[in-house]
Amino acid sequence: MTEIAVTPPAPLWRRLIGFNLLTGIVLGVGGWYVGWFGAHAVVGPSLDYFGDIDYNELSIYLAYLGGVVGFLVGLGFLNYPLARLRGYPPSLREKETQGLGRYFSLCTDHKVVGIQYLWGIGLFFFIGGLNAMLIRTEQLTPHNQVFPVGTYLTLVGMHGTMMMGMMTSGILGPFANYLIPIMIGARRMAFPRIEALTFWILMSAGAILTTTIFFGGFPTGWTGYAPLSNQANAGMDCYVLFFALVGISMTLLGLNMIATILTMRAPGLTWTRLPIFVWGVLSTAVLMVLAAPVLIAALSMEAFDRTMQTHFFVQAAGGSAYLYENLFWIFGHPEVYILALPGFAIVLELLPVFSRKPLWGYRLAVAGLLGVSLLSWFVWQHHLFVSGINGDLRPFYMLSTELISIPTGFTFLCGMMTIWRGNIRFTVPMLFCLAWFFNFLLGGLSGVFLSDTPSDITTHGSFFSMAHFHYTIMGGLVFTFFAAIYYWVPKMTGWELNERLGKIHFWTMFIFFNSTFAPLFAIGFLGQPRRTPVYPSNLQFLNDWVSVSAFLLGISMLVFLFNLVWSLAFKKQPAEMNPWASRSIEFQLPSPVPVHNFDRIPVFSSDPYGYGEGPPPVLVPAGAPAGSD
Amino acid sequence: MASEPTASQAPRDSTNHGLRVIVAWLVLSAIATPLVAIFVGPLIPPGNASVQGQGQVFDNQVMTSMITPVLCLLAVFFGYGLVKFHARRSEAVLDGPPIRGDSQIQLLWVVITSTMVLFLAGFGTYELLKDGAGGGQGPNPIASPSGHNPFQVQVIGQQWEFTYRYPSLGGLESDQLYLPAGTDIELHVTSLDVIHSFWAVQLGVKADANPGVDNVAYVETKSPTTFDVRCAELCGLWHPYMFNTGHVVTQSQFNAWAAQQKKLYAAIAPYMNKPSQDGGAPFAHSYLPSPGGGSPQVRAG
Repeated sequence: MTEIAVTPPAPLWRRLIGFNLLTGIVLGVGGWYVGWFGAHAVVGPSLDYFGDIDYNELSIYLAYLGGVVGFLVGLGFLNYPLARLRGYPPSLREKETQGLGRYFSLCTDHKVVGIQYLWGIGLFFFIGGLNAMLIRTEQLTPHNQVFPVGTYLTLVGMHGTMMMGMMTSGILGPFANYLIPIMIGARRMAFPRIEALTFWILMSAGAILTTTIFFGGFPTGWTGYAPLSNQANAGMDCYVLFFALVGISMTLLGLNMIATILTMRAPGLTWTRLPIFVWGVLSTAVLMVLAAPVLIAALSMEAFDRTMQTHFFVQAAGGSAYLYENLFWIFGHPEVYILALPGFAIVLELLPVFSRKPLWGYRLAVAGLLGVSLLSWFVWQHHLFVSGINGDLRPFYMLSTELISIPTGFTFLCGMMTIWRGNIRFTVPMLFCLAWFFNFLLGGLSGVFLSDTPSDITTHGSFFSMAHFHYTIMGGLVFTFFAAIYYWVPKMTGWELNERLGKIHFWTMFIFFNSTFAPLFAIGFLGQPRRTPVYPSNLQFLNDWVSVSAFLLGISMLVFLFNLVWSLAFKKQPAEMNPWASRSIEFQLPSPVPVHNFDRIPVFSSDPYGYGEGPPPVLVPAGAPAGSD
Repeated sequence: MASEPTASQAPRDSTNHGLRVIVAWLVLSAIATPLVAIFVGPLIPPGNASVQGQGQVFDNQVMTSMITPVLCLLAVFFGYGLVKFHARRSEAVLDGPPIRGDSQIQLLWVVITSTMVLFLAGFGTYELLKDGAGGGQGPNPIASPSGHNPFQVQVIGQQWEFTYRYPSLGGLESDQLYLPAGTDIELHVTSLDVIHSFWAVQLGVKADANPGVDNVAYVETKSPTTFDVRCAELCGLWHPYMFNTGHVVTQSQFNAWAAQQKKLYAAIAPYMNKPSQDGGAPFAHSYLPSPGGGSPQVRAG
């Protein structure tokens, strides 16, 4: 596959103390203690009457910041800047690595980062899913019986925060990092080290959130509303650090994507020839870059409130709880479209391949993606319809929220008309894409009830809204995430995934997903608020139905996990170069894609959707092994 | 668009599939929409315990009727399309016709969706401004019921219970919520600590309780009934247990209840409803609604 001249590998002990995950963890733990003791040295004397408390808020923040810096230094993120300071020439040396070890160290190959993201995010997705199983266990009875209430609230908060935080990069992390350079005919991202940095920051963030259980958890759910967060115990700091780090990772990831797409497209790849997936990534990246800094700002203020008593959000001291709600949702509403838009793009990208037809209404599809991206900035106060924050503006936010269904409708129209009169193959990725229509339709139509202020007054903050966003995010994002896995992982790893297990996974997931979340609409209408283990006993039958379905949904995920491990680690059936007969450029390259992607930069003469329009144009000259130029 | 079919392309199909789908959709919608509007819509909560709740039921009825044709369209489209256009298993991969778009369909789609959206927004705005729809509107409400002569109740949230204060009963405070039937109620929702949300489920009332903010919501009760009150905003450890039952009772029952409560709290009555500098209890609730619904005034506790 690759024939780069490599120096003979160093002895094992030398590799172990090099810059890799091991040194990262060692320095991370070291940095943690430096921060911890440092903060005690600074703050300790002034807190003498709290002398029996072995931590203070500042020590937690400094410990984790020290830990993250130590971790990144240990991975080798300072090596290159320091080398440049000492006068070494620019290089991408970290890319020229081989073997399994590169997945556990700083690597600037966008394909390695993509696969790192896939497994890293998959791990935290799994943890978040386990939290959901525990939540549903508690919901089996109308009384609080399984977990202490505080533990239950922490589970709810961890599930929501983990999913919303980690899955923001659920598609842009693995698939955009891997595919965008290939799709636009480039050999790398614009900023390969920043690309690697986003991944390792995200992983340290996930680890920090998991440690909240050692500090007593946090009671606020994923929204982290002040002033409840001001009075919460130290587990709250883990939430604040997690989301702020996720925000940094998102901002950098988005910047990198925008820079790459704007500047590194190959000759001939005009804006109307871009794969629709690239448009989806671009519209998402713009949201990431503009929304995540607001989150970082809000959480910094929260951190100051908790460590230095700045009272940004404390009404009695001149602050405002509305300030946090406003800042959070200015980030939070674009955030949900950061989750949804890549799903739209994947559906539109895959439908032409499996319908054997060009993408219908390309310009309308692009307008739909950009329109959603733009409108998502004008809707955030629909999360505050009953808060009394600004009663006069509710008609405006009602209108703007409902307007979003117009560009979303473009995606539906283009997708449906692409299927129309096609030659549909029901492969596993296609099934997941078709399920997207069903799920997102129900999610969108239930959103109509929530956008209408009078109707929202009953459904706001109830299980109805919870069912709504699970239909849009799990039904919209997670289904397309799996579509992307079944579609692209054979290309990324070079090994096929088992199709029969894939179909079992799809059908069980589709059936039990709907069986889990559809009854929640009714439960919400009947008066069960979110985030409570105590509910009216007449709702027990529906809740038990939901819980059992949720467990079966969890088993469906185990089918997927088994398929992934079995196919990639044991069966190892080599994947064909183009198993789906796709005209997209990544399928004209060998599986897995060689280190330097292309022998020569391709020249594009059309978009990748010319099905039925004659033989595909030869984009990539075949021949010499990659890396030979 | 009109390129020559290649060897690997499926033979051209001259059936008018589009017409079939549209006819089937129109028939199905014509049957399903009235059924949904008549039988499903009225079943949707919150029910008819208050004028505002009834308004929400009507809203839900209209919206359910509007989304039914949309559901029918996608059901017919995918039901027909996936059966009709799927590839035969034995065939090699054949390409479909290279149709890249149709500006008339696009225009029609944009016009139809925009019309529906604008209608929904206009309808929702009208329903909201008619009587406030039971939602919290902040200190300066823009929508109040017609013939407005409200009975004021203050709802004070704290971790983890609601206290109800009746200014017209001499500042009586109780942990029970009793409302007279057939009355226009003005709720002033506030909080002493973190954000709560006052949700009177069957009345269709929801208003966040923010510290230091007077959040006004209107509800017109109808006949006597009971309703559930829950906190709908996560407010800390015992949030799950922050609920009780409210009562709508006749005026005479309400007067009897008020007299009984006054007797119960007679001993502390002299300290209630007074700012602390006048000798009132230091824990007197800091927040009183100003009669005109104007900007809130904090009375330090």
